[in-house]
Formats: sequence, structure tokens, C-alpha cells
Amino acid sequence: MNYNVDERGYYGVFGGAYIPEMMYPNVKELADNYLKILNDKKFKDEFHSLLKHYVGRPSPLFFASRLSSFHNTKIFLKREDLNHTGAHKINNTVGQILIAKRLGKSRIIAETGAGQHGVATATVCALMGMKCIVYMGQTDIERQLPNVLRMKMLGAEVVAVTSGNKTLKDATNEAIRDWISNPADTYYIIGSVVGPHPYPDLVTRLQAVISEEMQHQVKEVSGKKNPDYIIACIGGGSNAIGSFYHYLNNESVKLIAVEAGGKGIDSGETAATMVTGRPGIIHGSKTMLMQTDDGQITEPYSISAGLDYPGIGPIHSYLHEIKRVTFDNVTDDEALEAAFRLTRLEGIVPALESAHALAWLGKHQFHKEDVVVVTISGRGDKDMDAYIKYMEQTNYYKSE
Amino acid sequence: MNRIDKLFREKTTNILSVYFTAGYPLIDSTVKIVRALADSGADMIEIGMPFSDPMADGPVIQHSNEKSLQNGMNLKLLFNQLSDIRKEVKIPLLLMGYLNPVMQFGVENFCMQCLRVGIDGVILPDLPPLVYTEEYLSIFNKYELYNILLISPQSSSERITAIDKISRGFIYIVSSSSVTGSKGNFSDDQMSYFKRVSKMDLVNPCLIGFGISNRETFMNAGIYARGGIIGSAFVKILGNDGDVIKNISQFIKEFKSN
Ligand SMILES: Cc1ncc(COP(=O)(O)O)c(C=O)c1O
Repeated sequence: MNYNVDERGYYGVFGGAYIPEMMYPNVKELADNYLKILNDKKFKDEFHSLLKHYVGRPSPLFFASRLSSFHNTKIFLKREDLNHTGAHKINNTVGQILIAKRLGKSRIIAETGAGQHGVATATVCALMGMKCIVYMGQTDIERQLPNVLRMKMLGAEVVAVTSGNKTLKDATNEAIRDWISNPADTYYIIGSVVGPHPYPDLVTRLQAVISEEMQHQVKEVSGKKNPDYIIACIGGGSNAIGSFYHYLNNESVKLIAVEAGGKGIDSGETAATMVTGRPGIIHGSKTMLMQTDDGQITEPYSISAGLDYPGIGPIHSYLHEIKRVTFDNVTDDEALEAAFRLTRLEGIVPALESAHALAWLGKHQFHKEDVVVVTISGRGDKDMDAYIKYMEQTNYYKSE
Repeated sequence: MNRIDKLFREKTTNILSVYFTAGYPLIDSTVKIVRALADSGADMIEIGMPFSDPMADGPVIQHSNEKSLQNGMNLKLLFNQLSDIRKEVKIPLLLMGYLNPVMQFGVENFCMQCLRVGIDGVILPDLPPLVYTEEYLSIFNKYELYNILLISPQSSSERITAIDKISRGFIYIVSSSSVTGSKGNFSDDQMSYFKRVSKMDLVNPCLIGFGISNRETFMNAGIYARGGIIGSAFVKILGNDGDVIKNISQFIKEFKSN
């Protein structure tokens, strides 16, 4: 089976580049050059050298023995939380800033929701001495202040977006507007496998390092050649596709993508795009989309700021349609519970996003001998407020 | 004959096209504004279909979209409002907006409704020319609807020529690398870009839009194109309190006087 994007930028009927003419030359320049650059030996050397010495790759694949006993199976954690800046997002920004340099761009723009991608972008801009502007919704700025301050410390300009609902979707609109207005010197580092072609494919290829490493790590730590399951959380879908990529053609490996159910898929407060959405166009891409009957894009909800995107990467809409990947969702409460379980059993505080992948472990009956890989996409430092609130609400300190 | 062709045949210079967002400032403003614009002497009108995420628009039109959606505007209601518009308004009418609401309404159904109420053309900035020709051209032709395409300062000559080939009605010259919104006067670079396009001997006539805010920019647009399109500058006056309709005739007068 071929899971690659076709030459027109589509995965089946999904994808494409639904962009105004003003953006066309920049997107075309990237589409014409990204594969050439990615396959260039010098680029590869530089990218892999930075991943190794700056990001700290390969990220470990850790056998979680106490969590395994709890779920009565064998669980291995792909530790993207140990990357520099604390999430998988940096794999992408390291690659894209090298591309921006090769295209001769000097000014970097990015959107961010939780601030993880913004921090990862500001970080590589500091590293390369490039100007960095991060668009962030006013609501998110208030929710994620530590990341805002980190970006500023790194030298980035953080622009508060006050249009629409003032969250990730609006920040992305504003980044697109900036790119339209600054076509000559600016490069847009998008944060997930979303946006117009070639971004979904570009970000997929940069995050594919996650599953590339798994290939020998699984053998090394589990003794089995292939895992039985790979489980990842999914917002736009970059850590998920990165975790799945090298196993897409290996049908024996079950691939599970866990969306944010929020307060439940029927509650009206959810970010589970695959269940509540239908095909539409967002940020230049045809994909599954949460929208009204009239085609107005709706605001998703999740306790985790990194998962509340009303769309999803077009490659995932395709993998969902052909049923190569199973999509499911868990609620805020299930994710919180799973985060505390991992913390207490393994001494790892996961990001709320990653906790969604962990929560799925409790929703499925595994065999004792199954090799189950869960991608821990990020660490939980940024979510301490939510965790503290949970501990207060559940009298956590007293009961332990 | 399509009213757009008729207009360009009958009027050679300083064609004035005006954009506003349907359902703004009030849900039932749409028809009143169309009527006032036509009565005041506008040559063509672009009626905006509001969208939650207008990525090519600046703050003024973003705001009118948001407000219009809050007011309850949608395509079904818009076509209802426009049902009898052709009894009184003779100038070309276009719809402008983004692809997703049109896609969800159904492209064929949309074109059918346009024909029914008397819409002459559509502008959908996020519908790429290639997708249009491959997927929608035959439907648009069936309902005699023109799809107006954009070119920008970044468009190469080859691309402009290709866009000219599949265009009908006119070509929309986006004046600068920017989203909608009024700026100062045109720069020398912008003027030479207009000149470059005018020398290309395109099949279709051209109008210049984005950033036309006053009489001076409008007259400059008229040097190298057949006229100009005013959007944000007009939408801004609708937000003002007072007699909206009176504001409109004053606003248009400024552009029409010699
Ligand atoms: C730790 C973490 N995991 C997951 C995500 C979701 O993004 P994606 O689905 O692209 O991996 C984010 C986004 O901010 C994140 O910060």
C-alpha cells in the first residue's frame, strides 16, 4: 500500500493546497524544493547531527514494568518527553529551520496553542540567530503564561491574536495572514501535519524519526521484531504519524490514534474531530473538520491545549477512511487519571496530551505477551496547574 | 449576456466595484445596502458571504464576518434575501467568500441558486485555479456563473497568462502582498506591477482591489486597469452609527465625481 502523498498533494481525496493566490508562490517554492532538500546529504548530516547533539536523540524506549503489571501486558514508552524543550515538536522545528535557511529566508513565523511549538520554534531561532514571531491566541496566552515568558526569554516576539475565539485556529489564521503580507523574506514553520501541501508531508517526514528509531529499539528492549500496538495522542497528528510512519506497511502492527474527547463526544465540548467532524477545508487543507451545518468552523474543547484543533492532518483523514489506523477518544477525566497513574507507577509526569494515549490502555483488553508502544509526546511541566487543580479537587494529598 | 461582460463593454474606464459583507451591520441590511449602492452609482457589487476563518482578510472585514455570523447569516438565508433583487437592481452582482461554506452547501446547489437569484460571478480566494478547472468549471458553465480569479504581485507572467486563459468576466488584481484593508497610496513598485500586467495584453479586463481607500488610489487604479474594488474602506463606514444609507451615497459620490 502506498501511504505517501501524491504529486498533486493529496492523500486520497484529502489534502491539497486551498490557498489564496497571494500565498501561492511561497507554498509552490516549498513544494518544489522540500524533497530535494530533505534528500540532500548535507541537509541530512546537519539534521541528524542536531537531533543527536542538540535535541538528545535517540529518545529512549523504556519498558514500564509497573504500568505493564497494572494493565497486564508489556508496555514500552517512547520518551519524546526527554527531548530538548520537552516534546516531539522540536524534531519538526529543527528540520524546518534548516529548510528556511536553504531557501534564503531570514524571518520565521509560527503559530502556537499550548506554546510547545512556539517554544520549539523560538529555540531553534535562537540557535540559528533568526528573527522569530510567534502568533498565539489571547486566551492561550493567559492559560499558558510560562511558555509565553520562555518564548520571550528566547528572543521571540509573541503576538497576541484577538480575532475569532482567540485560540490555536485563530493564531494559525494570523500566521497565514502574516505570510501573505511578507512573502519575500519570511518562512512559516507550521507545527503539525496540517496546512496546505507540502506541509503535511514535510512535517510527517521530519517526525518519522520517532518510528525510525523504534524499529531497532523494539527488538532491543522487547526481543520481538515488531510491536503489536503503537498508541499515540492526536491533535493535528504529528507525533502520531511520526510514531506510525515506518509501520504503515506492516499490517500486523495495530496503530491507535487517541483524540481528545473533552467532556464527552456528545457534550458539545470535545475535540474528537473524527467522530464529530466531516470533510471540509481548514488552513488550506481538505480534511475532517469540526464545523456547523453551514460550514463555519467550530471551536473545539479539551483540557489539553495541544489537542484542541478543529481539524486533523489530511493523512490521518485518509488513514481513518481506509481503516489503517484506529481512531478513538478519551475524556479529560480519563486522561487526568492516566497521567497520575504513570506518575505514581513509573516516576514520569507526562504532558496532558500524552496522557490521552496512556488512558487508552485502560479501554482495551491486551494479551499478556503483547508488545504495546505508547508515545509520550511531551512532559507535564507545562500542565502543573491542571494537575494541581486535580489534586485539590480529589483530595489527592490526603488520600495517599 | 452576462451582466459583467455587458458592463465592461459599455464602460471602459473607472469602473467602481464595491464589496460589503451580507448580514452586516444588521441581518437585514443586505438588500438595503445593495439598493443604496446601485442607486448611488456603483457599477458592480460584491456581496460577502461570511466565514468563521477569513484568512485573506484584514481586521475590518474579519469583524464584519464575525458580526454577520453572530447575526445569523448563512447561505440559505442570503439567497432568500436576494430572491427578488433582480426586480430592482440591474448592475452585476457577485458573491465573494471562502470555499468551505460553499462546499458544504453543495457547489452545484450553490451555482443553481446563483442563477435563480441573478448572481453573475463568484470570487473564492481559497479555490485554486487548478482545482476550479478540474472539479468545478463544468458546473459553473452549466449555470452561466463566472468564477473570478485573483493575481498578486508575486504571480509570474506565465501564471498570469494561464489564469487569464481560464478566466471569464474580469481578472482581480490584488494590489499588494497583503490581506484586505486600506493602506496609504500606491507605491512606485505597485504602479509598475499594474503597468506590467496592463502590457500583457490579457484577454480579460482587469480590476484592482485590496487597499483602495480613497479617490486618489481609485483614480490611480484606473490608469492601468479598468477600475477598482473598494472593500474595507466601505465596510468601515457601515459600522458607523447614524444613517447608513445616507453614508453610502456620500461615500460613493466621492469616487464618482470628476
Ligand atoms: C506534548 C504534545 N503532544 C501532542 C501535541 C499534539 O500535536 P500533534 O498531534 O501534532 O502531535 C502537542 C501540541 O502542542 C503537544 O505539545
